[in-house]
Amino acid sequence: MAEHAAALEAGVVAEDRIAVATQWQLIWWRFRKHKLAVGGTIVLICFYLVALFADFFAYVDPTESEAQRSLMAPQPIHWIDEGAFRPYVYALKGTRDPRTFKRVYVPDTSTKIPVTFFGHGEPYQLLGFIPTDRHLIAVEGAKPTESLFLLGTDTHGRDLWSRLMYATRTSMTIGLVSVALSLVLGVVLGGISGYFGGAIDTLIQRVIEILRSIPTIPLWMGLAAALPADWSVVQVYFAITIIISLIGWTELARVVRGRFISLKQEDFVMAAELVGCSKSRIIFRHMVPSFISHIIAATTLAIPAIIISETALSFLGLGLRPPAISWGVLLQDAQNIQALVISPWLLFPSIAVIVAVLAFNFMGDGIRDAADPYL
Amino acid sequence: MVAYIVRRLLLAVMTVWAISVLSFMIIHLPPGDYVTSYIASMSASGSAVSEGEAQALREQLGLDKPITVQYAKWMGLILQGNFGMAMEWGRPVSDVIGDRLTLTMVISVAAIVFTWGIALPIGIYSAVYPYSFLDYAFTFIGFIGLAIPGFLLALVVMYVGFAYFGANVGGLFSPDFIEAPWSMAKIWDLTKHLPIPAIVLGVAGTAQLIRIMRSNLLDELRKPYVMTARARGLSEYRVVMRYPVRVALNPFISTIGYLLPYVVSGSIIVSLVLSLPTVGPLLLKALIAQDMFLAGTIILLLGVMTVIGTFISDLLLMWVDPRIRFGRE
Amino acid sequence: MRPTLISSMQNDTRPLLSVRNLRTSFFQDEGTTKAVDGASFDVSPGKTLGIVGESGCGKSVTAQSILRIVDRPGRIVAGEIVLTRADGSQTDLAKLDPNGREMRSIRGGEIGLVFQEPMTSFSPVHTIGAQLIEAVLLHNNVSKKEARERGIEALRSVGIPKPERRIDEYSFELSGGLRQRAMIAVALSCDPRLLIADEPTTALDVTTQAQILDLLRKLQQERGMAIMLITHNLGVVAEMADDVVVMYLGRVVEQGNVDDIFHDPKHPYTKALLQSIPSIDSVPKLKLPTISGSIPHPFNRPQGCPFHPRCISAIAGRCDAEDPLLRDVGNGRKASCFLYQ
Repeated sequence: MAEHAAALEAGVVAEDRIAVATQWQLIWWRFRKHKLAVGGTIVLICFYLVALFADFFAYVDPTESEAQRSLMAPQPIHWIDEGAFRPYVYALKGTRDPRTFKRVYVPDTSTKIPVTFFGHGEPYQLLGFIPTDRHLIAVEGAKPTESLFLLGTDTHGRDLWSRLMYATRTSMTIGLVSVALSLVLGVVLGGISGYFGGAIDTLIQRVIEILRSIPTIPLWMGLAAALPADWSVVQVYFAITIIISLIGWTELARVVRGRFISLKQEDFVMAAELVGCSKSRIIFRHMVPSFISHIIAATTLAIPAIIISETALSFLGLGLRPPAISWGVLLQDAQNIQALVISPWLLFPSIAVIVAVLAFNFMGDGIRDAADPYL
Repeated sequence: MVAYIVRRLLLAVMTVWAISVLSFMIIHLPPGDYVTSYIASMSASGSAVSEGEAQALREQLGLDKPITVQYAKWMGLILQGNFGMAMEWGRPVSDVIGDRLTLTMVISVAAIVFTWGIALPIGIYSAVYPYSFLDYAFTFIGFIGLAIPGFLLALVVMYVGFAYFGANVGGLFSPDFIEAPWSMAKIWDLTKHLPIPAIVLGVAGTAQLIRIMRSNLLDELRKPYVMTARARGLSEYRVVMRYPVRVALNPFISTIGYLLPYVVSGSIIVSLVLSLPTVGPLLLKALIAQDMFLAGTIILLLGVMTVIGTFISDLLLMWVDPRIRFGRE
Repeated sequence: MRPTLISSMQNDTRPLLSVRNLRTSFFQDEGTTKAVDGASFDVSPGKTLGIVGESGCGKSVTAQSILRIVDRPGRIVAGEIVLTRADGSQTDLAKLDPNGREMRSIRGGEIGLVFQEPMTSFSPVHTIGAQLIEAVLLHNNVSKKEARERGIEALRSVGIPKPERRIDEYSFELSGGLRQRAMIAVALSCDPRLLIADEPTTALDVTTQAQILDLLRKLQQERGMAIMLITHNLGVVAEMADDVVVMYLGRVVEQGNVDDIFHDPKHPYTKALLQSIPSIDSVPKLKLPTISGSIPHPFNRPQGCPFHPRCISAIAGRCDAEDPLLRDVGNGRKASCFLYQ
């Protein structure tokens, strides 16, 4: 079997195109073959486009509430009008429920409101500096707050679709910011641990082992609950990212350390030492490039856990707090089972969580396999 | 062997110490101290605390001393089994936590048993028949299992139970048994209610363990000792089950070390959704009410229980793996 | 041990094992690797056959094919592996179900295997005894106690000191040499008539190598078993083998008596191999000749004779077009080269 593998490798190298390819080209070629990973990457690009242009994808102000229109069911867009492609929604008319006397809205099938794409809506600043009022979806001749409910509304009558767009911005970026912090901690501590070894390695390893053997959620809950109640949304956002990354760096540190230790024994590192390269040159010119792909893979695989943590904390009411909007905050409405049974669309944000986590896992797996098929 | 036990024990003690410091920090993080929040909670319930009483309480608890002394005092009290008062409940913390901690551990262990029971056969199958249809199917289901956070799965289970079966699938006991003292009948009732929380909690871990078992076993199947076992004339089933599976089982057993904290973590949130009488809902209530003494104690005890569980699994691992017993790893 | 059998075998002129046109391929997404591509040779009873070749030439896969333990996605595509059984009947192993009862009783019972890596040839979590006794129980109708006695005896016969203690130890408690002895003990515990030794000494240091080779020779004399010795080390072959098979890229390129092969090699590949080892007569400080080029990958094996791109005597227009067959070149020797056809 070993002979066989060796022979196979020899053949692969024999192919000219592969012989001259750079490391990144090789990784890209292998990654491309991984269909799920490519699919996951495309999904993630879509998610981050939504995060970047949330105000364009949303059609109303996510905080605008109208108690009377609470818990409205999703209103579908009708695509074909009298045999032609002319999307429209029905207007809504308010009536009283004959039994509960509550005011409810029902579609008025006699009035059709045309739906346009890239139409005009509420003004906003695209990317924070381009003033515009174009939205992905708009309605003609009516206010979207009164007519368009793609995913229904929450208990306060706020439009779930628009809220979901803004929540995507918060939750997807919290993953990135948090993982960036974890990465810095993980690479620095893991690198020190792996490169220098000895007592400092032992110390860092013990700290990692201790952190990994503590149930994290209660700890996070405790730390998050200790945040002052009067902090602003932005302060809480960064405090939560810090809390999550303080515990999340251990896995990255483990990967970095493992790579450093195995690379230290490689002949090319020994060779670099023998020709008198400086320590920093050995680390940054010789060692880092050969494991950077592993770091990228581990980082990608760390993001979904962070997204889940944020969602869980916010779901409990200990993470981001309203008026911040994140997937977890949206899901708080789904905590009440009775409400959920009546208005199951409150669970829509969970689909976003699952799809995003799945996509990150697929992409991360693809990168890991492409970076090193033997890992 | 002795060195291994000592090392593990030392690590466990250090972990407990670290958890105690973190818990203590959590208790002291919010502005004010125990007495200010005690006064606040007392006045909220209508009974005032005089300045003198507060001062006496502060002295009794040593709150006027430096933080390290306070920590030592707190630890001293805890070692005597005195966990302080749960303000909101007006009862000692140990009273309030009571059975809940045990039930948390029961659910966590049940989830781990479920995880192993499912992951082991599927992992073996996937490794012995890699790239088969079922292997792909399990991998795909596993990916989805990994992507669904426990509390979301719990929500879905509750929703399905309510919407389609009209039943509340939450809780750990039938209504008749909630207040009943412990008896065989109550334990049996608990057993009947365990599967749903155990499955909800175990799904993500199961998906992970299947992947671990599959890749470990794939590695082991390529090793020469498998071929020599085959060359001895053993049947394929015995070759696989007796050798590579047995070897791949060791890292599998050691997964309990991080599976347990993970499951205990998850049980806190899942308990809230499924309204299980564990420490989860209690912890959340305590945190929201800023009853940090109760919260800190819960976090400390959860941590300690987890460390004990992990230590037991370490001993188990030593028992099954001769390489560790002989200090070869 | 089995005096009647040995004498009957010695009178028998049929080969103990006869491999004919064996082809074993690995089917993968990237393509099909022909690891063994039409190998033929015989193993005579009580004799040692050396199989030599560079790594990747299909030696190990040949051994695995004989035992029918080729790993997936590998499979025997064609050929015969005829084993002459103890009762004189003949069985084609290539036609047996690899997991069937008959094949399993032959594996370990009639053909033993010693592997190249004593480090990893034992399970790390089972004692030597567990693996040894298991083999004895599998092929003999004996009680557990008796099997243990036989296991201890087997360990003693391969020169392991204090076998009654060693039997309960784990493989990582033994040194490399002892481990390889234990491996031989397991392979021999059921008195096989053929022992396949796949690079048995490669992972050992030189003095231990010599001890293990001595041991194999001694055991062969005592038991009259045949040995199929797979190695890339020509020195080992010269010392041990009666007959030699030279393999290149899954094919047998030359076959003959050990003295003939070493003193009068026919095939250019064999000649090149022999020139590349230092000898006591070679001129000091002179560079040893090497074979130019490297083994081509089995995916794109060259047209015609697989060796022609590296061959110094290649005949243009012939060697790169036609496939030479393994033919008799006189004196009971065979070679697959157009120089002799």
